[in-house]
Amino acid sequence: MRLFEYEAKEAFRQAGIPLPPSGLATTPEEAEKITSELASPVVVKVQILAGGRGKAGGIKFAATASEAKTVAADLLQMTIHDHPVHRVLIEKQLDIQQEIYLGITIDRSRRRAVVICSGMGGVDIEQVAEEHPEKIARLWVDPILGLRDFEARQVVKDAGFDGRLMLQISGILLKLWQVFVQNDGELTEINPLIVTKEGEVLAADARLNVDDNALFRHKALAERVSAGISERTELEQRAQKLGMTYVELEGNIGIIGNGAGLVMATMDAVKYYGGAPANFLDVGGGATADRMHQALDIVLSHPDVKAVFINILGGITRCDEMAQGIVEAQKTLPRKVPIVIRMIGTREKEGAEILEKAHIPFLNSMDAAAQRVVDQTQKEG
Amino acid sequence: MPILIDNKTKVIVQGITGREGQFHAQAMRAYGTTILAGTTPGKGGQEVDGIPVFDSVADAKDELPALNASIIFVPARFAADAAAEALDAGLRVVTVITEHIPVHNEMRFIELARRQNSYIIGPNTPGIITPGQCKLGIMPAHVFKPGRVGLISRSGTLTYEVAASLTEAGFGQSTAIGLGGDPIVGMSFVDALKLFEEDEKTDATVLIGEIGGSAEEEAAVYIKDHVSKPVIAYIAGRSAPKGKRMGHAGAIVSGKTGTADGKIKALKKAGATVIARPIDVDETLQKIL
Repeated sequence: MRLFEYEAKEAFRQAGIPLPPSGLATTPEEAEKITSELASPVVVKVQILAGGRGKAGGIKFAATASEAKTVAADLLQMTIHDHPVHRVLIEKQLDIQQEIYLGITIDRSRRRAVVICSGMGGVDIEQVAEEHPEKIARLWVDPILGLRDFEARQVVKDAGFDGRLMLQISGILLKLWQVFVQNDGELTEINPLIVTKEGEVLAADARLNVDDNALFRHKALAERVSAGISERTELEQRAQKLGMTYVELEGNIGIIGNGAGLVMATMDAVKYYGGAPANFLDVGGGATADRMHQALDIVLSHPDVKAVFINILGGITRCDEMAQGIVEAQKTLPRKVPIVIRMIGTREKEGAEILEKAHIPFLNSMDAAAQRVVDQTQKEG
Repeated sequence: MPILIDNKTKVIVQGITGREGQFHAQAMRAYGTTILAGTTPGKGGQEVDGIPVFDSVADAKDELPALNASIIFVPARFAADAAAEALDAGLRVVTVITEHIPVHNEMRFIELARRQNSYIIGPNTPGIITPGQCKLGIMPAHVFKPGRVGLISRSGTLTYEVAASLTEAGFGQSTAIGLGGDPIVGMSFVDALKLFEEDEKTDATVLIGEIGGSAEEEAAVYIKDHVSKPVIAYIAGRSAPKGKRMGHAGAIVSGKTGTADGKIKALKKAGATVIARPIDVDETLQKIL
């Protein structure tokens, strides 16, 4: 899960990473008050769970408290990438000498955390990696030993820093490592880390993504998520609470299957035959009739869905359970759309009987079913 | 011999007194897998369907030194400890069925395995099966038949889909391995390709990949330089948008890495035959073999 900038900064503060003086505002009046207390020109930043806020106009500068009030009033009315703005972070403006990138993420192929440091901060690091690979230093951390002091100094040195600045940055890196480990980070990033004209080094921005699987160790975050505050849409949250994965896409065919790989292959088959998936729901292994019922309900809650493709490959999942769920769901569904079913595997015969009795047709071949569902949506126009 | 597991494999089931552990211990034994022991801390001395339960893997290994493989059904927050315990007892193949293990824990036990040359299969895997000899997993056994095609996959249900198709066409499988759907997994495509290349019972390998990460690209590099047997590859998620996790935690296109196109290009360039639909696997194999 992604943390708000102000939440990430709270974790930074606890680890002792130096930050610019700041305050969090939910109203223009609070923004005014914070700015007058800071007694300095400020930057006002929207707090949303999405990237690209700068380009979308979510970061503004203000020289005075009354200007901060006006700016905050504007920002608090915005919706950026479907995320309404409820809070702004007001921070003292800094006298920038240099912008640095410092980040830690997980390198999947090496199965280790990787530290990334660059003197070219303040811009998209992936772009730097592509255009100036020599400007980026990396260090892979042994998961059992953790990041050691001399390694932290080395990677910062490799990025081109020396003397006092090398020690300042590597000191911050070691604290960032603590943030990463203690919060079960998937990614933590300071971009930019600012060197001021006075020689101070401060984290101007903060990013922290926490492993969803580790939320049992982070109660406050788990509570925030269950209160519905996360980067997910309402339907995605509903599915997540049921332990199913739901993803929204842009077409008009709803897809349900058991198993992530199978659902992806189903989606690809729909595309292959000229259709476009509207959404995607993986009911997981060993699903029951009741879960299939709920799955159909979620998929049909998406208004763009004109037909549904259910692809079941019985393994631990039983076809008769799935068929039962489909039959029950059909009685109560909010609206009627064509449903195409492909079903093979464990208890296929029993499942087939249930569907036949309810006059629901089904197929054995994924490709034939994909063609059928695409035809259905095209017929509907 | 087939790879990693065969009729000489001696298995311990960690978490055997739980619902899943008990159910699958029975199913594996019915298939012919030799299950000598199980563990559940605090339940040492009990039995589950005649299988002795121990408090720890070390206790079991003391009494039953022939043990050489483990399968883990322990809940996510205790599973990493269970894997470390199996490695500490010196087991060579450790299959982690459990889903939702925190990634920081995964990194640590995968590193432990690397240091002692043991194999972690998974986490979040259906397991591994050498048809007719040993099933160390939760897959529906009837879709697998002994044969000469190696199968490696990041997805459970797609493994069954392709295995069923190979079985129906008469090819069967030498060994089928689910690598697991998490961003970080122990055994990789490269590890498995190496074993299949050395295995005289395997004539060709089918690789089922998906979007996310770069395991398929690394496999391509390996295939080009080290694999002489034919490789057929299918990549799921061609139509997936950027930045969304497609069911598996590991299936996500981030920035420019992890796209289906990139993987397909790399595999084709390395000499693998890339198929667009799972059903194309039989026809393609018929042409090659």
